[in-house]
Amino acid sequence: MPQMTMVQALQDALRVALRDDPTVVVLGEDVGRNGGVFRVTEGLQAEFGSERVADTPLSENGIVGGAIGMALYGLRPVAEIQFVDFIYPAFDQIVSELAKMRWRSAGQYSCPVVVRAPYGGGIKGGLYHSQSPEAYFCHTAGLKVVIPSTPSDAKGLLLASLAGEDPVIFLEPKRLYRTLKEDVPEGRHTVPLSMARVARAGEQCTVLAYGAMVPVSVEAASSAAERGWSVEVVDLRTLVPLDSETVLESARKTGRVVIVHEAPRTCGFGAELAALVAERAITALQAPILRVTGYDTPFPYTLEHSYLPDAPRVLRAIEHVMAY
Amino acid sequence: MTPSPSAPPPPSTLQVLDIEGKARGTVPEIPPEDLIRLFRHMLRMRVLDQRMLSLQRQGRIGFYGTATGQEAAVTGSAYALRPTDWVFPALREMGVSLWRGTTIREIVCQLIGNRGDVLIGRQMPCHFSDRKVLTVAWSSVIGTQLPQAMGAAWAARILKHDTVCMGYLGDGASSSSDFHAAANFAGVYRLPVVFFCQNNQWAISVPLKLQTASESIAVKAVAYGFPGVRVDGNDVLAVIDATRAAVDRARRGEGPTLVEAVTFRMGGHSSSDDPTRYREADEVREWERRDPLQRFRSYLEGRGLLRAEEEPGWTQELNDEIGAAIQEAEALPPPGIETMFDDVYKEVPPHLEEQRRYALAMGEGQKVEGAFPL
Repeated sequence: MPQMTMVQALQDALRVALRDDPTVVVLGEDVGRNGGVFRVTEGLQAEFGSERVADTPLSENGIVGGAIGMALYGLRPVAEIQFVDFIYPAFDQIVSELAKMRWRSAGQYSCPVVVRAPYGGGIKGGLYHSQSPEAYFCHTAGLKVVIPSTPSDAKGLLLASLAGEDPVIFLEPKRLYRTLKEDVPEGRHTVPLSMARVARAGEQCTVLAYGAMVPVSVEAASSAAERGWSVEVVDLRTLVPLDSETVLESARKTGRVVIVHEAPRTCGFGAELAALVAERAITALQAPILRVTGYDTPFPYTLEHSYLPDAPRVLRAIEHVMAY
Repeated sequence: MTPSPSAPPPPSTLQVLDIEGKARGTVPEIPPEDLIRLFRHMLRMRVLDQRMLSLQRQGRIGFYGTATGQEAAVTGSAYALRPTDWVFPALREMGVSLWRGTTIREIVCQLIGNRGDVLIGRQMPCHFSDRKVLTVAWSSVIGTQLPQAMGAAWAARILKHDTVCMGYLGDGASSSSDFHAAANFAGVYRLPVVFFCQNNQWAISVPLKLQTASESIAVKAVAYGFPGVRVDGNDVLAVIDATRAAVDRARRGEGPTLVEAVTFRMGGHSSSDDPTRYREADEVREWERRDPLQRFRSYLEGRGLLRAEEEPGWTQELNDEIGAAIQEAEALPPPGIETMFDDVYKEVPPHLEEQRRYALAMGEGQKVEGAFPL
């Protein structure tokens, strides 16, 4: 089994999809000749031609609106938004159109579009290359929101997203694009959506995380183990529709829940997770539910490492709930 | 500032029939039986609009937007398409679906939002879509359908189909960023799409001259590298001529065209607004003289294709058909609560299944009194 970074795994997924399915097309800014600013689409235009791997004008609403039209007509487009921070011109197309087309046409039309976008901080990207806007999309009925945290999952979840019939907002933790290499199955490898993964098993505390916060949480769990605490880390992988069973099962087992995300705290996805656990499992809890998140400020450039949750901050939260 | 009445179409505007219905330009080739079909369809739209507006006034449907005064632009543009072409409509193109085979009963059911509605009550009136005639679901957000029309045209080209996609817009939508994005992409990739603008002079209360400082809407195409043509939108023959040329050009692989049909919205933006608040009676009177139906009627009578005594019978038939459709549609129950949770996704996920069970247990909610807009 070949070893791949997340960038290589994503590229491999796109290559498999383009080879297997003639209706798959890739479009976005710089995705063709340049292979994408992060090189996710490198070599794909040379292999599949400029019609199926198309460089577009600099216009996010054109990219997503165009992808919607393609999908209505019968293609399976993968639209790349260069950084998720630039997705807002397409926000209207995503929330008003893409998300609602099936419902508002009573199933006559559907839009199996995958919108891929790098997200998150930790790369010295400053305010407009670092944000985590997943909550906006989670709040919109009709979208699926998928966030991988490993190369193997990145490939499997992208191929599963492309095989589905619903629109998917596929957010890629760009900070993890090249930090880890692991074995990635060759060919058509899929990881089902809406199925969380226990990234590290434990008995006394549950940490719920996704994307780049998964390795941070695993590191915190390892430190906690040195202090004798057994911490379970659940990698959500799909935020919507959420695998609430795995979340609740873990919460009921451990009785303590810490939620980690780099997006701002207020109305972040953590609030939804906390409400879910409180509504369904509060009688199993021994401690308050804690959130470790980005702050309710814009994303800072120089101070990004103070903004982003890190293993010591997660450990502090674990410490806090373990005191109960 | 009181806007001055909209100017009559300038000389550069393509016209076949003058306002008296006399042929001044080259008449496009159209079989006589089609000329009658076109006229009867325009009549059908006019009568349907009258009846539906009155249904709205009686409180039997919530909202309605007429296309009165725009029947030639709607019908002529629809005529230029093949049944396999795709339509991305805006608010006033229900007549396009009707031309392509949607039935009056289906339209009335949509306006009521009952169980017989293809859209099972999910959208406001006049937000129709019908897959069997390849018209795509419209939202209320202005201009969003245009990049989609462009994308569908792109897909058709990739799949080597000879489909043409038609994206409709109004004058207001020509200010939206989606219009410019769609036109730009269409120009860059030379896509088989036609942007058909019904410039009816008013975007609710905002007149064209506050919408753009351009001499026309058609001229905007120049910046995107393809032709824009301006046509008298109340002259069905000119509309057919211009749209046909645009559709043929797209089908030949020569790229997009922007057709600006200069017309006028005789009624309000919708049943919810009162146009006397913002525009002068003189302007409306001027456009009454340009009425598309009267002009075409005069032309057909002049050619001996239409006899004055035929029309009342057709109108009666239409009224009977509409009356029967209303009666049938009003007898149908509203959609069941359980339907709300279908089609959000292909498969209903567990959290929606749970919400459905809850909603069914809660039953029918308390009716909220009020009409759109409050």
